[in-house]
Amino acid sequence: MRVKFHQSLDDLKEKLLVMAGMAEQAIQRSIEAYRTRDLSICELVFRAEPSINRLEREIDQMALDLLAMEQPMAIDLRFILSVIRINADLERVGDQAVNIAVRVREMGAFANIDLPVDIPKLASLSSAMVRKALQAFIEADAELADSVLLLDDQVDEMNDAAFYSLSTLIKEKPELTPQSLNALIISRNLERVGDHATNIAEDVIFWVRGADVRHHSAATNP
Amino acid sequence: MGVGIQVEGLNAWYGTTHTLQDIDLHIPANHATALIGPSGCGKSTFVRCLNRMHETNPIARATGVVKMGEVDIYKEASPVEIRRRVGMVFQRPNPFPTMSIYDNVISGLKLNGFRNRRILDETVERSLKQAALWEEVKDDLKKKSGASLSGGQQQRMCIARALAVDPEVLLMDEPASALDPVSTSKIEDLIFQLKSQYTIVIVTHNMQQAARVAENTGFFLNGKMVEFDSTHKIFTNPKDKRTEDYITGRFG
Repeated sequence: MRVKFHQSLDDLKEKLLVMAGMAEQAIQRSIEAYRTRDLSICELVFRAEPSINRLEREIDQMALDLLAMEQPMAIDLRFILSVIRINADLERVGDQAVNIAVRVREMGAFANIDLPVDIPKLASLSSAMVRKALQAFIEADAELADSVLLLDDQVDEMNDAAFYSLSTLIKEKPELTPQSLNALIISRNLERVGDHATNIAEDVIFWVRGADVRHHSAATNP
Repeated sequence: MGVGIQVEGLNAWYGTTHTLQDIDLHIPANHATALIGPSGCGKSTFVRCLNRMHETNPIARATGVVKMGEVDIYKEASPVEIRRRVGMVFQRPNPFPTMSIYDNVISGLKLNGFRNRRILDETVERSLKQAALWEEVKDDLKKKSGASLSGGQQQRMCIARALAVDPEVLLMDEPASALDPVSTSKIEDLIFQLKSQYTIVIVTHNMQQAARVAENTGFFLNGKMVEFDSTHKIFTNPKDKRTEDYITGRFG
């Protein structure tokens, strides 16, 4: 039994879950900032980013060490590869939170008007995707990961609808262009969060089943 | 050129111990096939059945069919004939210590009655070149004894000796386990090159080595072959839980 190695895999998983918690919190805070237009919450998002970046490097280093020192095989190899990919996706989720906070800060200079887009609903859906994908990772549950993939189309549709309604608003009321553009970018950021959740779910499927389902390819066993 | 090996219902015993149980396997020609498994699982016994060395032990016996190409080696060929067609390399290099490098390489040929000096010279050069040893020993062929070479060189000399009789199959029982990493990589490079001309079966405890050199891998456990598949499949996504437990170290 490779006790030390398997303990290290558990440590790696635990560290990735810390990273996941931080990325999730950053997204939640950025949406809370949008909802309340509270710039102090934006600050919390900015301040957390270096910690997320640092953790990303630490997790990569742990994974690299395990690959080099332990030469993992089969499910262990797939697990470590998945962790490396999920780690990158979580860091990008953190980046999207920062992007949203930047937009909220810019919106603070303009009147808080009602826009024809339901950002909190889109945020709730994309955050739910991230949460489900991470739950699938925690429980090694490929079926739960499958269900995340199905949600991505809904997020895309909401983002498309936001694009249509906000670009129409810009045409009709050019004076609302700054607010509309910022909301448009936030919608796009949240759509990207959904994409990262999809990637995480695909990585869970790869780890558990050994099947590569990226880019809508058929679930093929290598 | 190499030849495919078809194994059907192979069973082997040492005394009353049933060491191989109902092995069915096709080893494709001109490929390297790795056999992995814990100590005592039967993989070395299996390769010894492929050149009829198993039966040299008085308490050992084997039943079943082993076809080398079209020839059933237990019914249609003598052990001597088979061992000429099937070269074998062991865990530890086993040079004839009192012989020169030259005589070590041609010892199998001489045993088969070859005496033509020109052919012997050509064979020594060809075999040592195939074993990637020629450049290192060409000036000392008759001056140095085989035992004076380094461990890695001795092992490559033993490979040259096995190749000198122009076999179709090369069996390697942990050929690099006693060697340092540099010598090991030379042996692995060699296996990679030789498989275009020979069918290679390699027993190894080093799973990374199996992954590096072999197209197909078989996992043996308690005398049975649990799984046989492409090396890629075995090491990334094996079908059988026992294979996965073994290669990920969750075994035992």
